[in-house]
Amino acid sequence: MESILIAKKEITNFFKWDVRFIKDKIFTGFIILFSLITISPIVLIISKLISMGYKQLNFSFFIETAPNTYQAMLAKEAGNIIPGGILNGITGTIFMVFLASLMAIPIGILIGIFLYENGTKRYAKIVKDITDILQGVPSIVLGLISYFWVVKYITNGFSALAGSFALFIMMLPLIIRSTEETFKMIPVSIKEAGFALGVPYHKIIFRILIPSGLSGLITGILLSISRVIGETAPLMLTALGSMAVNLDIEKPTSAIPLLIWEFYNDPNMVDLIWASSLLLMILVLGLNLISKMIISKRNL
Amino acid sequence: MSEINVQIKDAVLEIKNVSVAYNKGIYAVTNVSAAIRRNKVTAIMGPSGCGKSTLLRALNRMHDLYPNIITEGQILLNEVDITKMSTIMLRRKIGMVFQRPNPFPTMSIADNVIAGYKLNGISLHKSEKEEIIEKSLRDVALWKEVKDSLSQKGTFLSGGQQQRLCIARALAFQPEVILLDEPTSALDPISTKKIEELLTELKEKYSIILVTHNMSQAARISDYSMFMYLGELVEYGKTKEMFINPKDQRTDEYLTGKFS
Repeated sequence: MESILIAKKEITNFFKWDVRFIKDKIFTGFIILFSLITISPIVLIISKLISMGYKQLNFSFFIETAPNTYQAMLAKEAGNIIPGGILNGITGTIFMVFLASLMAIPIGILIGIFLYENGTKRYAKIVKDITDILQGVPSIVLGLISYFWVVKYITNGFSALAGSFALFIMMLPLIIRSTEETFKMIPVSIKEAGFALGVPYHKIIFRILIPSGLSGLITGILLSISRVIGETAPLMLTALGSMAVNLDIEKPTSAIPLLIWEFYNDPNMVDLIWASSLLLMILVLGLNLISKMIISKRNL
Repeated sequence: MSEINVQIKDAVLEIKNVSVAYNKGIYAVTNVSAAIRRNKVTAIMGPSGCGKSTLLRALNRMHDLYPNIITEGQILLNEVDITKMSTIMLRRKIGMVFQRPNPFPTMSIADNVIAGYKLNGISLHKSEKEEIIEKSLRDVALWKEVKDSLSQKGTFLSGGQQQRLCIARALAFQPEVILLDEPTSALDPISTKKIEELLTELKEKYSIILVTHNMSQAARISDYSMFMYLGELVEYGKTKEMFINPKDQRTDEYLTGKFS
């Protein structure tokens, strides 16, 4: 009698295990399927960009400015690749992102420190909410604002300054929040250790907290740069674009995404779109990878 | 109770009617008065949440950091009111060691020891620097272990070594009083033993106040003990006498393990 009971129990156990086993396999299958669906766009995008763009990615692509439509047409008819490159776009992007960072990094970090120190105060809460709203403002609207403030009244024309101002406003909330989050991760005891040595408040911030959170701050900055580096809409209304390399903050300036837009509008230059997009993608992915590496290496 | 009100001639710290409130009206420490003896180890014990850390942090004005904490009463260091001293002077005289080892993660071992000088902008000659570093590290019995790796980051050390480094950082200022807030609660037994031995040696030069909720630790290394309960200083006296013959019933119950 007893042995029958045990046998029965074993059978039911086996059955239960079997159903669970099948369920487990089904769910695992679904998870693999959906993760493949999730990563497939990025794989498709990169493979398309490489297959279409690699021809144009030669040395002159990086050291020559964009050709005019006539040169491109001649080269195409002769069956050659389009001559010239996107140097004006590369320098313009670096120049404007640099200017924007020059404004956004100090201001963003200081506001981030303020929010970290006074997070529970009423005024800080309002600032925090406004930062969140700012993050959601469409970039074209920021371009418009920059147009009305900088283009019309400061530089009296399309300019690198106006473009970088729009990028600066976009970077600001990202840097503010990442600074705040980074500082929150530093143990309070480190701050208190400083106070217990009689160190004044500003030195605690600049000599203890900022060095301790440096990797986090750099990560935030890199991510904010990778966020704005591909922005096109605000630059159309502010920096406009230029055929030559420009490093004057009061003159119109080109950028990689602006060039892509210009190439798109010119049927002779279509081939350059892919190479430029590939470069932009490599820049963004590179920045993201570097920040990931910094995050994984940080030891707090 | 008698010890609490007795005037002690060579008291290094005098605590007079000190109360500490987090937010208005919620007191963590109520009306504590005591005199701390020079060159002795004084233990503050009591169950969790009895206000022992709060009292300790009032002694070097750590509560100044948080504007919602109100400290009442008077604390005298060598008969000078600590609120009338600059925080730098006060904290040079009263060093502090925390519950968890907290060396500055971006600084080397050597820089951690002289962090107080560096961060306060006090410039030292190279020879002075080396002297202070060596002396402080010798005082905490860490010199032999780290003398070849002084330029490495302090966070590479083990937990016990880190805590000794933090004590060295406090000693580098040549303080009169060292406050220790449960310094061994995050450490293994061997490191704990080392630090306890260290404290009994250090009391020749410094006055030590040690917060602990480990009764046997208080019994092992302290000369005087305070027992706190619900923010109140219940009993203060010689450790041996208190452990053998507690005067208050609450002390007796705590020491015999009726609550913890």
